[in-house]
Amino acid sequence: MTQRNLFKAAKFVVKMAAVIAMLGTIVIPAAGQPSAASGQFLPYKAPRMADGHPDLNGTWQAFVTADWDLQDHEAQPGPHPELMGAYGAAPAGQSVVEGGEIPYKPEALERKKQNFQKRMTVDVSSDKTWHQVGDPELKCYMPGVPRATYMPFPFRIVQGSSPYILMAYEFASATRTIRMDWKGEAPTPSWMGWSRGHWEGDTLVVDVTGFREETWFDRAGDYHSEDLHVVERYTPVSPYHLMYEATIEDKNVYTRPWKISFPLYRRMEKNVQVLEFKCVPFTEEMLYGRFSKSAAK
Amino acid sequence: MQHRILASLGILAAMTAMVVPSAGQAPAAAKSSSKVASKTPAAKKPLRTPWGDPDLQGVWNDATSTPLQRPTGLAEKDVLNDDEAAEFRAQLAHDLTRDRRDGGAEVDVNRAYNDHWMDSRRLKITADHRTSLIVDPPNGRIPPLVPLSPEREQRKARRAAANTRFNAGLPENYTDFTLPVRCVIRTDSPPYLPTIYNNDFHIFQSPGYVAIGPEMIHSARIIPLDGHPHVGKNLKQWLGDSRGHWEGDTLVVETTNFRADDGVVFMEANPDTYKITERFTRVDATTLNYEFTVEDPKTWTRPWTARIPWNKIDPDEQMYEYACHEDNYDMVHFLTGARAREKRGETK
Repeated sequence: MTQRNLFKAAKFVVKMAAVIAMLGTIVIPAAGQPSAASGQFLPYKAPRMADGHPDLNGTWQAFVTADWDLQDHEAQPGPHPELMGAYGAAPAGQSVVEGGEIPYKPEALERKKQNFQKRMTVDVSSDKTWHQVGDPELKCYMPGVPRATYMPFPFRIVQGSSPYILMAYEFASATRTIRMDWKGEAPTPSWMGWSRGHWEGDTLVVDVTGFREETWFDRAGDYHSEDLHVVERYTPVSPYHLMYEATIEDKNVYTRPWKISFPLYRRMEKNVQVLEFKCVPFTEEMLYGRFSKSAAK
Repeated sequence: MQHRILASLGILAAMTAMVVPSAGQAPAAAKSSSKVASKTPAAKKPLRTPWGDPDLQGVWNDATSTPLQRPTGLAEKDVLNDDEAAEFRAQLAHDLTRDRRDGGAEVDVNRAYNDHWMDSRRLKITADHRTSLIVDPPNGRIPPLVPLSPEREQRKARRAAANTRFNAGLPENYTDFTLPVRCVIRTDSPPYLPTIYNNDFHIFQSPGYVAIGPEMIHSARIIPLDGHPHVGKNLKQWLGDSRGHWEGDTLVVETTNFRADDGVVFMEANPDTYKITERFTRVDATTLNYEFTVEDPKTWTRPWTARIPWNKIDPDEQMYEYACHEDNYDMVHFLTGARAREKRGETK
């Protein structure tokens, strides 16, 4: 191949890429694919499992700062900066919420603000107050959905040939099972919810209900009621990325359903594995220390 | 009411955790609705995943009343005939049941956790009528212990003192509770032994991996099969670090890198010299053989092996989330109870 031909070929590839990217921008939103993917990724067909569906196996992680706040937020010091300095400080971040704002009902917005003010208060002195204040993350409780997805820890998807897909999160060793094509309702409320999955094209759609009302969405106090309904969409957009989208609906708390989206990145370290973040022992002094014999003296 | 139940849950968990290592009595194991495990020849063509591995996927249950160690009265009798088995089963069921009223008020209170809580599969012996889950040594008993180092004797004494305080209703602080009561680890740490309830294990597989999700506590051991090395020796974990490979149709899992905290390593063996190897073999559509071998020259005079049949549960039964720490009201009840007792001068 002459240099001129090479140049022509390269130009052709660039043009094709542009056309494909344009097609992407048109086709993807129309098909209800994640809007954040628009124009970002070339068309991609993921490797298949034996059943013909995309292979989502891997160790994945979000690199957004939504665990601090789903909405726009400035960098902020951590608790007790007089001791901690820059340790524990929160990075700034842009909203992952479509349109920027969570559509709270006015009274619900008040509750969110109170949650934030008391995010580091715990009161386990009575069973009644046990869950009333404090961020569940502070207490090492299972994070729920979608929060588990954007905590600053990896998680692993284990997808085989059974009707069950495992999602195993590093934070608190939380896990959940996606029951594919499962028709039954959630039998009882749970922290990680009751996840039923199905495929829409190359997108794994997970419908999650049956939540405990106590989970939060972030350290900013964003919350929901027991009527929370989350629909997640996992779409492979490159060998190294899944586009993640979650639609959140709860008529008790929001005026309308709202949506978050961001990519999940495949962790590429050769020795990557989900390690343990068993944080219960980190919380025991905070939760129970005041009831010890030495504290009673 | 809910509180009392939760409190008794904690007591039971503590009892289980203590009884197993000290008496070496099994929190028995295995269930039995399906075929004999050890005597049924493995299926000629084992079920395979589309990528060619033996297929272990599904939810399995390991409840049984068969004890870990053979009762001394049964001496060298490793397998019972039908009549003997019926009697053995009835005796074990009687011993395990908590609704009987033959122990006086104090015992009765400790049985607050009655049969309502018990997995009914827990009242059946293994289908092959074995008298112990231990298959090696041939006497079905845990081998004799080697003398412990003074350091480990001290550690054992320290733990025993904490248990005594806990059992007297006078825990000084949360570290006087066992790890299961604290909801740090429960039956998710290998080896897997049957307990009163929640004996389910969900096995997932993907090319190159097996993942085992024990019901208690919602953790998953994700086991690579591609031969890549263990994590570095300075990285210890509560559940250790597991690597697997196939030997024929058997999944062999070796786990290392356990933390050294009290209660982490099985039967308080020595973390640095302890080894555990587990073997999972699919026997037929509804049965899997789970076998583990543990060795530690600083704890036992020889390695020993137990085999527990796992039975597939009806898919409609499902395995549910076991949240533990999230509502662990016990911790506060026990501690505030202890402080109240101290105030009243009940410090025996």
